[in-house]
This record gives sequence, structure tokens and C-alpha cells, in this order.
Amino acid sequence: MKPSRGTGTMNFAPVEKINSELFTLTYGSMVRQLLVDNEDNVEAVNTQLEKMGYNIGVRLIDEFLAKTSTTRCSDFRETAEVVAKVGLKMFLGVQATVANWNADGTECSLILEDNPIVDFVELPEQYQSLSYSSMLCGVFRGALEMVNMKVESWFVQDTLKGDEVNEIRLRLLEVVQDEYPFKDDE
Amino acid sequence: MAGKREVAESCFEFLYLELVRTCYVKEEDDRGTRSSLDAMGFQVGQQLAERYTIDRARFSDHLEVIKFICKEFWNELFNKQVDNLKTNRNREIFVLHDNRFRWLRHMSLPKDLAAAAETVNRYLIFPCGIIKGALASFGVLCEVSAELTDSATHACAFHIRITQK
Repeated sequence: MKPSRGTGTMNFAPVEKINSELFTLTYGSMVRQLLVDNEDNVEAVNTQLEKMGYNIGVRLIDEFLAKTSTTRCSDFRETAEVVAKVGLKMFLGVQATVANWNADGTECSLILEDNPIVDFVELPEQYQSLSYSSMLCGVFRGALEMVNMKVESWFVQDTLKGDEVNEIRLRLLEVVQDEYPFKDDE
Repeated sequence: MAGKREVAESCFEFLYLELVRTCYVKEEDDRGTRSSLDAMGFQVGQQLAERYTIDRARFSDHLEVIKFICKEFWNELFNKQVDNLKTNRNREIFVLHDNRFRWLRHMSLPKDLAAAAETVNRYLIFPCGIIKGALASFGVLCEVSAELTDSATHACAFHIRITQK
């Protein structure tokens, strides 16, 4: 039993909320601008979105740790649960389910039925290979890197492309050991 | 339609800071960056203005529109209303004072106003675009600019010059 781990509704300091529209519409307008700037090179935009997400993630983790009473996760399974139930809930107001684990517990899916980022969004034909919400994958990558986990993250199902749910794959590449600030033999 | 869905305010703030940062990193030409941020703001402003006025009657004149911007619109965006509104005799120039501009609240700025204003300018382009876009959606065309007026309190003044109403 871990009293510091909740379902995401009970154990964190109040987070100031705003109507999601400003966020969603700004995101949309940003994607449109990125497409213009990259002359419709969808792959370049996907990469840029993920990179921006990474930059956000490395900063966002501080707020997450400050606002929740999260202790260090003992393994990747726990990490995935915290991301899905506490992290997503705190920031986006939605929760994901963790599923589809691989045999050695290093890869799983976050199933997100409801993705606020894509409210009011439709993907035109010519942008079918746009990974519209890949900023979210970058956020996971950046945030988890700050707590010593190198991960890869990508969308395998996307409601924008007609799938029933959003499925984000999360793969643990490496746990980076903390470096001690002093040598043992000194 | 999602209805009144909420996200953490910091979601927007993180997104916004990264957006401005990215724009400025890749563009050497400041004008290009300004125009991108302005265009994005304009689009968002139009969309938000439409959403926030779906159930209401049309505004009778541009003064009503400005009042709406200062009250309901500002409230939706920044959880507060504009603190002070000044206008000139012709009612063609309006200055909106926000005594504590929310989007700057996590920034620590140099005490010197000129230095602080320089730092902050890039973060005021998008909100100016939003105001311009919102007004445009009601048929009011204008130029909007903004400046920091107090580096400690993050007070800002938004200048609206109506060009067509």
C-alpha cells in the first residue's frame, strides 16, 4: 500500500485551471504555423512538435514533483501508472489506462480515450501522416529523462485518424544511474 | 463540442513559453517572428471571440465591443478584467491597463523598466494578436501594441488604435 500514490484526484496541491479552449486553440494555431514554416513537410513538423514537447517536459516535471507527494517510483510499471493516472490528470484533466505490457516490463501503452489537445480538430487528407499530438510524447520523454529514465514514446492509435482510442506507446530504453557528487575513496 | 473542459493553467503557460522561445530561436529576422506570433494570436482571438459570444446579441457599436474585451473576454483569458480603460476624445484610441498581466507572472524581470520591457516584448505580441483577432471578428479593425509599464508588478498597457469600425 502506498499512501502517497492516489488516483490523481486526491493527493496533490490545487492546480490553477483554465478553460481548455485557449490551450487547444493555441496548440492548433501553432501546428498550422509550423506546417507553413516547414512548407508542409509533415515529418519535420512531427519532429519539431516532439522536440518542443521535450523542452516542455524537462521543465514541467518540477511542477509535477512539487505539486504531488510522489516518491521515487520503484520500477517502470509504477512510473507508467503515475504518468497515466496522476500526471495526465493533473495537467490535462484526463486519465489514461496502462495496458499491453511487453514480457520484461519495459514497454507499455497508455490508452487515452479522450485527448483535450484534439478538441475541435480535424485532420485534412493531405496531413494524414501528421502526428498532431506528438508534443505529448515529447513531454513524457523530457519529464522522464529528468528522473533518470530514457524513454521513447510514439502514437500507435490516434482518434484524429479515425481510431477508437488514442494509444501512446512508452518504451524504457535505459535507467540512468545517479552520479554521486564525490568519489567513494575520498 | 467539449463544453467547459478545463486543463491546468500551466499547460498553456508551458506551451506558450516554448512557442515564443522556438519562434525566436529559429528566426534571425525579428519581423518574421513578430508576424508569425501576431498571425497565430489573431487566429486564436477570432476563434475565442466567436466561442465566447455564441449566445449573445450583436454588439451595437465598437464601444460595446471594447467593453466586452475588457470584461468578459479578458476574464476568460486571464481570470480577471482589465483594470483601467482610457480613451481619447474621438474614441479611436483605447488604452487597456492590466495591473498584473497574468502570462508574465512566473517571470522574474530586471528592475530597470527599459531592460524588463525589452525582455517581455516578445511575450506581448501574441496577446496583441488575440485582441486584434477578437475585434476583427466583430468587424472592428485595429492596430494593437503593448508595453510593460511596471517591472515589479508586471503591469502592462495595451494600445488599440481603431482603423475601421
